[in-house]
Amino acid sequence: MKVLVPVKRVVDYNVKVRVKSDQTGVDIANVKMSMNPFDEIAVEEATRLKEKGAVAEVVAVSCGVAQCQETLRTAMAIGADRGVLVQTDAELQPLAVAKLLKALVDKEQPQLVILGKQAIDDDANQTGQMLAALLDWPQATFASKVELADGKATVTREVDGGLETLTLKLPAIVTTDLRLNEPRYVTLPNIMKAKKKQLDTVTPEDLGVDPAPRLKTLKVSEPPARKAGIKVADVAALVDKLKNEAKVV
Amino acid sequence: MTTLVIAEHDNAQLKGATLNAVAAAAKIGGDVHVLVAGANARAVAEQAAAAAGVAKVLLADAPQLADGLAENVAAQVLAVASGYSHILFPATASGKNVAPRVAAKLDVAQISDIIGVESADTFQRPIYAGNAIATVQSADAVKVITVRTTGFDAVAAQGGSAAVEEVAAVADSGLSTFVGREVAKSDRPELAGARVVVSGGRGLGSAENFKILDPLADKLGAALGASRAAVDAGYAPNDWQVGQTGKIVAPQLYVAVGISGAIQHLAGMKDSKVIVAINKDPEAPIFGVADYGLVGDLFQVVPELTNAL
Repeated sequence: MKVLVPVKRVVDYNVKVRVKSDQTGVDIANVKMSMNPFDEIAVEEATRLKEKGAVAEVVAVSCGVAQCQETLRTAMAIGADRGVLVQTDAELQPLAVAKLLKALVDKEQPQLVILGKQAIDDDANQTGQMLAALLDWPQATFASKVELADGKATVTREVDGGLETLTLKLPAIVTTDLRLNEPRYVTLPNIMKAKKKQLDTVTPEDLGVDPAPRLKTLKVSEPPARKAGIKVADVAALVDKLKNEAKVV
Repeated sequence: MTTLVIAEHDNAQLKGATLNAVAAAAKIGGDVHVLVAGANARAVAEQAAAAAGVAKVLLADAPQLADGLAENVAAQVLAVASGYSHILFPATASGKNVAPRVAAKLDVAQISDIIGVESADTFQRPIYAGNAIATVQSADAVKVITVRTTGFDAVAAQGGSAAVEEVAAVADSGLSTFVGREVAKSDRPELAGARVVVSGGRGLGSAENFKILDPLADKLGAALGASRAAVDAGYAPNDWQVGQTGKIVAPQLYVAVGISGAIQHLAGMKDSKVIVAINKDPEAPIFGVADYGLVGDLFQVVPELTNAL
């Protein structure tokens, strides 16, 4: 069985982004970029399924600018067998990415697609669900456990108030939550090996998809700043402030 | 212009998040209808009909809608979707699960987690873990939206008198099956809707030590929360997690105990009205957002604070 794992190149999660002064977006020039953390978990899960013998091939996919190749090399260093880059300089929104991925799924015929539950830049949490809808496949989002057997995936999901378990008929879509696994560190020999793995490049035109954005961003602004707080000396002062100044207790 | 709000419920009780989504719908303008998709969920439909500002409630009642499977619920929404200009879901685990499926089927973009309505086609939403606010305009014929519940004050649960109309339920997709549910037991208020939240972080040191927060939470009538570090270390269950990847809360009072204040955590609580931080490290970033900070050993401060309240 083949697994497809979409990965996204995003601003590293440790970077505190700044809004540009002209409010056209956030400043990501010269900022460290990395693989979206939820996607690392997705690649790790696919690799573990392969190591268990449940999966034969893991294909990593990324959509975006040429530098996404680095993200794909990271995925291959974790354990993906090969990579596909859908290269475009255009702004890509989740619906467009879902359509690009659908075209690749039609071509590659995987039985399972594992995505991260959301990207930490646009915080959309949509692509996996949209891909499932376009393919008419079942979905299990926010997965914390995945098991494959007998043409079915049994997935435990993190929901408000606890956990729930579903079984999905394969082919299916799974999106990862944080507790699904802990991604391995990539080692230098694996980084070297990843450089030799196959990486194909296609364009949205090759796939017959129009990736034009549907949402127009009118402006990006700073969130309202909290006014500076104070440090209190002791518990008595804290209780006094809460009771008499903030009036919240 | 009519808006359809998809109700969040457990087949017995309408969840509060629905009332926040109705409030967002009211800001968009036009009539507000609510869809209740469930099994034996008439009581939920009646609660939705009583909510202020709701003009009509659609009830789809069938066993295959009992467990909120995305495939069936999305199909149900699509079955009634024609004629609506806006389709709103609360941005809860189930709303986030279903909404993009509906949007893709309608071939429209989905707008996630809105915190403000500027006009019928323009909305505000946080990006980059809440470090920036984007104002986005949709040119799509139908706007499919999830509503961040802490961005809108809930409408009154009483005072409305909408009619409940039964609609035909869609057939089971057969693609997925519900197996079971493990609900975390709690007598405390629900985290997302609590007036006061007391949260613990890695500074607590163990699951045993986490209990030090219980008396404080009891005294304040608070829900308990946790940072990701505390959840990953096994000190607290994962549905307590507050942050970009957990729950987004905006209580009147948020007490952060032994939490350093990583941006991922701040994304989940920095809209709280009053933030109190208790931490032994005076340099911890949490003090940058706290209204009242107390530098000290939480194992002394927390019991002292509990007694003083």
